[in-house]
Amino acid sequence: MSEISMATLEKPASIPAQPFKDKNFSIYYFKQMLRIRALEERLIKMMRSGDGYFWIGGPGEEAFSVALGAQVHKGHGVDYDFLHLHYRSNGIALTMGSPMIDFVRQMKNTANDPFSGGRNFVAHICKKEWNIVPVTSPIETQFACAIGTGIAQRRAHQQNKTKGVTVVVGGDAGTAEGEFASCLIWASRPGFELPMLIITTNNGYGISTPGSTQHGEKHIADRAKAFGIEAAVVDGNQPEKVWAAVQTAFDHIRETSRPYFLEVKVSRLHGHSSSSGAARVTEEVCCIEQFEKKLVKNKWITESEIEDFKKQAYAEAQAAHEEVKNEAYPDASTAHDHTFAGGARGGVPGRDF
Amino acid sequence: MASMAQAIRMALHYGEDKLGVTDIFGEDVGAPLGGVFTCTQGLKTTWNTPLDERGIIGAAIGLALAGQKPVAEIQFCDYIFNTIDLLKLAGNNNWCSNGQYPLDMVVMTPVGAGIHGSVYHSHSFDAWATRLAGWKIVMPSTPRDAYGLLLSAIQDPNPVMFMAPKALLRIKGEELIPGEPEDDKELKERIDAPVGEARKNWVPNWPALEFSNIEIGKANVVREGEAATVVTYGRMVHVAKAVAEKLSAEGYGQIEVLDLRTLYPYDWSAISSSVLKTGRVVFLNEDTEITNFGEHLLRRTIEEHYYNLRAKPRVLAGAHIPGVGLAPPLEEASIPQPKDLEEILKEMISELT
Repeated sequence: MSEISMATLEKPASIPAQPFKDKNFSIYYFKQMLRIRALEERLIKMMRSGDGYFWIGGPGEEAFSVALGAQVHKGHGVDYDFLHLHYRSNGIALTMGSPMIDFVRQMKNTANDPFSGGRNFVAHICKKEWNIVPVTSPIETQFACAIGTGIAQRRAHQQNKTKGVTVVVGGDAGTAEGEFASCLIWASRPGFELPMLIITTNNGYGISTPGSTQHGEKHIADRAKAFGIEAAVVDGNQPEKVWAAVQTAFDHIRETSRPYFLEVKVSRLHGHSSSSGAARVTEEVCCIEQFEKKLVKNKWITESEIEDFKKQAYAEAQAAHEEVKNEAYPDASTAHDHTFAGGARGGVPGRDF
Repeated sequence: MASMAQAIRMALHYGEDKLGVTDIFGEDVGAPLGGVFTCTQGLKTTWNTPLDERGIIGAAIGLALAGQKPVAEIQFCDYIFNTIDLLKLAGNNNWCSNGQYPLDMVVMTPVGAGIHGSVYHSHSFDAWATRLAGWKIVMPSTPRDAYGLLLSAIQDPNPVMFMAPKALLRIKGEELIPGEPEDDKELKERIDAPVGEARKNWVPNWPALEFSNIEIGKANVVREGEAATVVTYGRMVHVAKAVAEKLSAEGYGQIEVLDLRTLYPYDWSAISSSVLKTGRVVFLNEDTEITNFGEHLLRRTIEEHYYNLRAKPRVLAGAHIPGVGLAPPLEEASIPQPKDLEEILKEMISELT
């Protein structure tokens, strides 16, 4: 295994009080955004070259993904944050420290895909050691399931004085589904408020349909406010702003044990998925290009360093791809495995098990 | 003897006292009502939810994801239909995560007709439930079995659906639950909540119950015979027993009645042995007849025992109509009646082979 494919970028040991006035932190943030983009572009290439059947992901959401991934309290159990993510969340897990090859293996549906063992689409991640629960294709079920981890964490806040937060992330179109309303209602029951960070990444589209043709509300965040939930809308293309918004949200929840709603306005730079071609969209803002200009303006980074960082990120993604090219699919005999706990098989009783 | 509602309550008490149940919840499940059928009176971990079935199932999934041990109730199975997406998710969570996230959860719901419940309090969920891969599905026919199956459901580390035939919930059993006082009045005084003001400060005085479970996946021969087999479960067990007694008295021989107790994973070995013994089998249940669970069992019978059959095998099930009508003649026309079973058995037994 080559070293570069397993490279992870560690966040600075301590985060400065004003992170974006700090050169080192800003460069860390930039590099992490580049890694996410390089991974997503590699996954799209894999789909096009036949090393995967379908691509979906989150290019355009890098500034937000790093803000969340780097501020999560990572660990296992109710004392740490729970993550109910969706299929544009690869960058969050990559920032948390999952190596690129994990995502590449899921794209290639290999037996050693650590998220689903070759069973699910790319970006349908799961990592129990960090409380990342399985991502599913329905765009709303995570909002219902998050209620339960929220209840468990509320109990832990009260009994053990811990500060774990349930984070649930979905797109703007998913807020039309009933589970989104369920989440707002259950998170804000009087006297039983839940320590939840409810996030809508609003890219303005539901597949190909503009949100403006389907939703009458000015801001999705206004719906949370109706339940007495503290809420904010933030430009997800600006690292400084989205970092601060996520920090404010976490601080509020850890301090009060009450929910917080964040609407993050993001770009969608490769369309909905490979079903619409996944071609690069040019008319939307790219958070990386914006941030790059700022770093250059501050003279924190040179053009040649930028090129070098990009090369490193693309090389890391390419090496991960090379690594998995000849890795095997899961064996057909394992199809029934893990239907039940302990690896137990399902199927027809007396025939399959 | 305890009623099935009392048996369920005692199993839940045992569950929260000895088996680690953390949350028993649903609509009206907590104080003051303790459930519309009183199944959850006097328990210490009960709480009431919004009238939101998707929220309830989502909360159960989330609690299980967080390592808790929830028992959720859907007040009538007629209202479980809008949760089907989440039930599917609960069933696939462990499989999709390649074994990372088994869900230790129980969902209880009353099923079936027999209480003049009209369109939305009479439906069955048997066939739908058995299509939910990743779930175990149990249905008791007696209070003793309800106690034992619910203990097994609680102990099992997977999603288990406990379906209680609602027409049997208030019927007393014929077999003592281990630890249950012999005197009905004593049991009532100890565990039934008083009506009115006295309920406010009431606490139950639980009998010293024993862990005496009924294993999931094991059928019960409730009546032995050689002339024919009725494979059934839930309320229809009693219909089958009564018809078998009548036909025996009329000289048709002894009819075997097999109470499946578990719909999935069903006890094929027990079905198979009985079919091989009698050569005549009818699969009886009250769910609607098109794509009925009995049809699957019939298919296996034909595939595996075609040449051992002495008469054509049958399914006797509910009529495929949109609802169970309120007027008694309509309900009777929807649900298998003793005379229907009697006719089929007589015809089968008279068939010359």
